[in-house]
Amino acid sequence: MTTTTTPTVTAPSVPLLKRFRVPGAFVLGAVLLLGVAPLALSDFRLSLLAKYLCYAIVAVGVSLAWGRGGLMVLGQGVFFGLGGYAMAMHLKLADAAATGETLPDFMQLYGTGDALPWWWEPFANPAFALAMTVLLPMAVAALLGFFVFQRRVKGAYFAILSQALAAALSIWLIGQQATTGGTNGLTDIQGFFGYDLGDPVNQRMVYVVIAAVLLLLMAAARQLFVSRYGELLVAVRDSEERVRFLGYNPAGVKLVAYVVAAGMAGLAGALFVPAVGIISPALIGIVPSIGFVIGAAVGGRASLVGAVLGAIAVAWAQSTLSDAFPAAWTYLQGLLFVVAVGFLPGGLASVGVVLRRRRTRTGTRTTGETA
Amino acid sequence: MTVILSQSFTGISIGAVLLLIALGLTLTFGQMGVINMAHGEFIMAGAYTTYVLQKSVSSAGVSLLVALPVAFLVAGAMGALLEWLLIRRLYTRPLDTLLVTWGVSLMLQQLARDVFGAPNVQTHAPDLLTGNISLGGGITFANSRLFILGLALFCVLALTLILRLTPLGRRIRAVVQNRDLAEVSGIATGRVDRMTFFIGSGLAGVAGVALTLVGPIGPTMGTNYIVDAFLVVVVGGIGQLKGSVITAFALGVLQSVLEYSTTVSVAKVIVLVAIVAFLQWRPQGLYTLRTRSLA
Repeated sequence: MTTTTTPTVTAPSVPLLKRFRVPGAFVLGAVLLLGVAPLALSDFRLSLLAKYLCYAIVAVGVSLAWGRGGLMVLGQGVFFGLGGYAMAMHLKLADAAATGETLPDFMQLYGTGDALPWWWEPFANPAFALAMTVLLPMAVAALLGFFVFQRRVKGAYFAILSQALAAALSIWLIGQQATTGGTNGLTDIQGFFGYDLGDPVNQRMVYVVIAAVLLLLMAAARQLFVSRYGELLVAVRDSEERVRFLGYNPAGVKLVAYVVAAGMAGLAGALFVPAVGIISPALIGIVPSIGFVIGAAVGGRASLVGAVLGAIAVAWAQSTLSDAFPAAWTYLQGLLFVVAVGFLPGGLASVGVVLRRRRTRTGTRTTGETA
Repeated sequence: MTVILSQSFTGISIGAVLLLIALGLTLTFGQMGVINMAHGEFIMAGAYTTYVLQKSVSSAGVSLLVALPVAFLVAGAMGALLEWLLIRRLYTRPLDTLLVTWGVSLMLQQLARDVFGAPNVQTHAPDLLTGNISLGGGITFANSRLFILGLALFCVLALTLILRLTPLGRRIRAVVQNRDLAEVSGIATGRVDRMTFFIGSGLAGVAGVALTLVGPIGPTMGTNYIVDAFLVVVVGGIGQLKGSVITAFALGVLQSVLEYSTTVSVAKVIVLVAIVAFLQWRPQGLYTLRTRSLA
């Protein structure tokens, strides 16, 4: 059979002069996130926003790997989880040390003996744990990505493999009750590098850190998009064979996008832990992994701002509507995927473009490229 | 020795379940390239069909036999409808079918919750299928598992015969191998697509009937099987029936042997690693359809 991969969304090309200009929208976003939101929102709403922003950080990576690179990353939950668990393990150990214990509370409960498992020990060191929140996901992504891209496994195969990875990790975590907390995960996290998370002031500090990281990553991703590498990535997505014939190695190009996206998801997971106070297998399995992609798809996968706003909007809708109307929300969510992906492949970010094209009926059409 | 044999038998019965649920996917994913995440919900539809039939037909044996064709038709009709409503618009964007059908699967799960309630429901197995067959040496084989094995092999045989011998099968193969050429040869490719989807989804329904014998019936039952089924098709090779058959049993046996020597969760991880390693050796799966395409 012929596998046809169709570029569904074209990346806007950015003129050279604009490359290093700080866009007004970015400044506006920074003011809103760092200035207005902490003043206008209550403690409770701000901590919810902090949680949504963590999903938005994952969406930055999704926009890079999927929107620009055409890699359908359905296993972002794995990287989110690795980052989250690395952070939570350190915080649990720090909590335990603060009360004079050597073992985290759940280990005392489920009785693994009195020794800390060897692979927990290094996480007592804050610098090591922080580095691991990003390096561990990147290493796993590099390993899987290297093997998969090198042999030109792509498209649906890659999507399903990354999904299977998410399933395997969450199943493994559930199975290791004694050392990972099993289904419950790592819960009840009290402190964050010496600050008490129960204190609303410190919760606000966590929010500011998350918002700042999101803005920084968006700026970095934008620079990446307009760089030579960014153009190469889009080229690989649209016609991998042609890029290969031009002398580049598409596997390497894809690998970088996948690994960077994994690092972002890991960082998001690490920040999620102090913001929400828990990390568990239910947050990183197949369903949440697809959720990470959906936000970006609804907002607009190729548009960085679209993906981020989409992730925030879907997470917000999820938590407000699913409490009020659980059944209706599930139908709505399903319908949202169908409409957004099926009929508006550029996401909400492309509504304007689609409408304009409808009106003039002369817009340039992106045609399918047989790879 | 007894241990190895009995683990192999367990593996074969896991393999039979895998094969049954992957068989429909071999058609819709393997042949057509559509990643139908709602496939698991068609399995669920088959299982609930059995449940509903059992409410009206009191004899468990009769209801099971009636359920097989009815579930095939119910799930098949759902699949054909899905193809007509959504999927035919997405043939040029195979990856997006994954997300769209995931949305459909969410809605179907909620529908099942609204109609049948969130808790799992139970069906009664026919008396004939509740016992065990002793194979000597302390090895036993559950009758229900044997039934599933038989059903899986029957479905493989029927599908092979349909694809090889009937005009419809010839048209399906023609469309898969070269859609444009099939189209100019006068084959109504749109109708063939819908029939392929009807058969593939119908097989999911049959798998659902079989699963009522081994597990609970609930709104999320499809999700539990869907990734494994996709892995079987990926490893087996695109649209290759024999690839899926071999892979299903191989993965089943591997899983059961590993489960015996480690734990269920570690076994899952090792199986996945083995699959990635296998794809290094044969990136296109066990069997491949030779084409001149560069992909």
